[in-house]
Amino acid sequence: MRRFLNSDFFYAFTRSPLAIVSLLVVVLMVLSAILANFIAPTNPFDAASLNLMNGFTAPMEPNMFTGETFLLGTDDQGRDLFSAILFGLRVSLFVGVMAVGLAMVLGVLLGLIAGYLGGWLDTLIMRLADIQMTFPSILIAMLIFGVARGLLPPELREEMAITVLILSIGLSEWVTFARTVRGSTMVEKEKEYVSAARLIGLNPWQIMLRHILPNVLGPVLVIATITLALAIIAEATLSFLGVGAPRTEPSLGTLIRVGQDFLFSGEWWILLFPALTLLALALSVNLFGDWLRDTLNPRLR
Amino acid sequence: MLLIILRRLGQSFLVLFLVAFVSFMIFRYVGNPVDNLLGQEATNDRRDALIEALGLNDPLHVQYLSFVGRALQFDFGISYRTAQPVADMIIQRLPATLELALVSAIFAMFVGVVAGVYTAINRRGFIANSILSSSLIGVSLPTFLIGVLLIWVFSVELKWLPSFGRGDVVDLGFWTTGFLTVSGLKSLILPGITLGLYQMTLIMRLTRAEMLEVLRQDYIKFARARGLQDRTVYFGHALKNTLVPVITIAGLQLGSIVAFAIITETVFQWPGVGLMFINAVYFVDIPVMSAYLLLVGTLFVLINLIVDLLYLVIDPRLRDGQLKRTGG
Amino acid sequence: MTDTLLELKGLEVTFTTRRGTLKAVDDLSLTVKRGEILGIVGESGAGKSMTGAAIIGLIDPPGRVSNGEIWFEQQRVDKNPESMRGRQVSMVFQDPLTSLNPLRTVGDQLVETILAHMDVTKAEALQRARDGLTEVGIDPDRINAYPHAFSGGMRQRVVIALALATEPQLVIADEPTTALDVSVQAQVLDLLKKLCRERGTSVILITHDMGVIAQTSDRIAVMYAGRLAEIGETREVLTNPQHPYTQGLMASTPSVDAKSFGQELFQIPGAMPKLDALPSGCAFNPRCSQAHARCQADRPPILADRAACWLMENAS
Repeated sequence: MRRFLNSDFFYAFTRSPLAIVSLLVVVLMVLSAILANFIAPTNPFDAASLNLMNGFTAPMEPNMFTGETFLLGTDDQGRDLFSAILFGLRVSLFVGVMAVGLAMVLGVLLGLIAGYLGGWLDTLIMRLADIQMTFPSILIAMLIFGVARGLLPPELREEMAITVLILSIGLSEWVTFARTVRGSTMVEKEKEYVSAARLIGLNPWQIMLRHILPNVLGPVLVIATITLALAIIAEATLSFLGVGAPRTEPSLGTLIRVGQDFLFSGEWWILLFPALTLLALALSVNLFGDWLRDTLNPRLR
Repeated sequence: MLLIILRRLGQSFLVLFLVAFVSFMIFRYVGNPVDNLLGQEATNDRRDALIEALGLNDPLHVQYLSFVGRALQFDFGISYRTAQPVADMIIQRLPATLELALVSAIFAMFVGVVAGVYTAINRRGFIANSILSSSLIGVSLPTFLIGVLLIWVFSVELKWLPSFGRGDVVDLGFWTTGFLTVSGLKSLILPGITLGLYQMTLIMRLTRAEMLEVLRQDYIKFARARGLQDRTVYFGHALKNTLVPVITIAGLQLGSIVAFAIITETVFQWPGVGLMFINAVYFVDIPVMSAYLLLVGTLFVLINLIVDLLYLVIDPRLRDGQLKRTGG
Repeated sequence: MTDTLLELKGLEVTFTTRRGTLKAVDDLSLTVKRGEILGIVGESGAGKSMTGAAIIGLIDPPGRVSNGEIWFEQQRVDKNPESMRGRQVSMVFQDPLTSLNPLRTVGDQLVETILAHMDVTKAEALQRARDGLTEVGIDPDRINAYPHAFSGGMRQRVVIALALATEPQLVIADEPTTALDVSVQAQVLDLLKKLCRERGTSVILITHDMGVIAQTSDRIAVMYAGRLAEIGETREVLTNPQHPYTQGLMASTPSVDAKSFGQELFQIPGAMPKLDALPSGCAFNPRCSQAHARCQADRPPILADRAACWLMENAS
């Protein structure tokens, strides 16, 4: 720990106000999401606690029927927007992180295999990667979502929406991980510690996972951060389009979709606050990811 | 060189085959066509008859080939939701998407190149720096949010522009166009900007990077040493050299416009093929999904192929020349 | 109309970097006469290219001309060098491969330069361009060819044609032959020399190659660590160098006469100091075998119109 605090990396971090602020925002949001149950004044998804008369209340103004005040106003069904945003943030972050996790695990593994074992496996995996890269990832995510939905019986569709969402976004983003790890693996493969491990008689899996993997993880961190921003935006987009998180378990994207419907009738807050939250989240992750990439870039040192 | 072209063509065919195969598999095996067409209470006799008629018991490759065969004749089956032939739906809605794509591409290219050149030449100005900062935000703003915010400002608050639909369109027989009416043109503005914004930031950054790189070159230094005016140096020398790689890369981006059209069309309820697709995903309308996939996939493969071939054409022109002459 | 075309008085070029302010050219004074070829020689980093760039006004931030005066044709021009750039003073760079825009024809670039500075019609400009190509030994019908169609040597000829197209009085050539094959170097240098003599154009020839200097220039200026070390007639300086640095340079130049064969090649010990770590007094003193106390204390100016060395005091 002390080594980390003394490292160049930490020093560069403390010098860059941008990095500090963006990381702070991200951490703040993550904490809010995790502690949503405790922070939120109400549970917006407990149908029993909702009072329709509370609907369409403006922020910080007492409702004309019930007299209750809500920090950020309420939506059409009387849900407290602040609570809804907290839980929505949780869904957005959950899907984003899980999707990146999936993409990372899949991509790193495939990259290791392709780089270390080579041969037809390598060709196959890289071919697949090339083909997938021909199409924009959001399209692939939509496709996977559509197919998965089609394969599920109608009753399960809403329940499994989040899982399917994670699957589709995760499967659409593995390529960058795989390509980078493959490249690094091919370099590491030639080094002496690998030959030594082979001499001892370790099998390929042990070599790949215990020896090579720690050495190729560096750039993976940067890719993960940047992919996280992409995943968050992708999830928000899919949910907004109606093919993502449903209204019963909304993410920030779903909330924005709801908000758009009420723009013309003047309840601007239903749109604005979820939108600002999403923007702040995406921007912070992006900024931090950019800073991380520039700092860890060996060529710039 | 011919060998390279043939290999590239071969690759494209392979990917096309794969696209068609995936499309076919979705069409045939996702969901149950019989249930969807007849409903669940249909009698077994009617079911068997339909299965025979659709050839659902034939061997896989036969079904696949007939699928491709029908696709080549523009027969994509019947939509589960609207009972219309999918091909008709597509033809009806294609002009809307294409016009939108065209408008946004022009917007992205024009504004992107101008902004890119400006920020490359004026590296330190206030305007230049604000353009660059806003482009960073642009990358973090999802397309749909841009659309929604534009609607809020220009439709709800200012009431200048419409917030959904194409406005009045003129029917030219095989094509319906929004270019010939005022409301049609007005309707194209917000969606066009929304769709083109992401591309525009990309093109702007690319143009700026390329131009900065070009301005570092010796021939620019030499041009200045020859006393040529700044204007001549920038536009007579730097610009041409900058645009060549920009245009080729921008071409590649054209494919993404079609994908992102799905989002823009949803935000603005634009009656194009993108909206058709997202509705198909929501309602699990398999034939429409499969047809869209087939068409868009083919489009992507074609675009990639053309751009790759274009690179081959542009670059070796210089390399060939250098190889031929060696004497002094 | 006097003999002096260009005069530099106390020219100073500085760079402001994180490590402090560096003087790439320090208190440089010299003159260039009409029609003569002055060679500026020195190691990489000695400040020769900076001097050339300063004269023509192509020093980019963070560098700038911080002090001194540049006089051209009895007029002070250091405040606005663009007025002469390309017209009365032109410059030739080292790499012919990258000096020409690959996407425009040779003729295009010639005509554009001519039209920018001379009051002629397009047709006349075209004719001049063709004549220019002929003069440098290139078939004028190749006027519509692209740069990549020419070999290195021919490209440099095109560059020379471009430099001379506006009939300048001074041509600054910065390492014009360094990137060329040895066999082609001589041709290009001869061409440059011939054309300039014919027109009475002065040349400042910047190079690190002693051989090039020896065969081409009338006078020679030796630079070291941004300062002028020695200046004089070429023959005189090369056969009878006064500054210990020049002496070291001459001694370390390999020769092929019989008595040198088998002898170890002489090297000046040490290396030229970096601009942020200059010694006090004379910049060469740590490496100088003849240094004495004064050399470390005071920086010598050019003495006896010849060399910046305290040893000159005794000699005169």
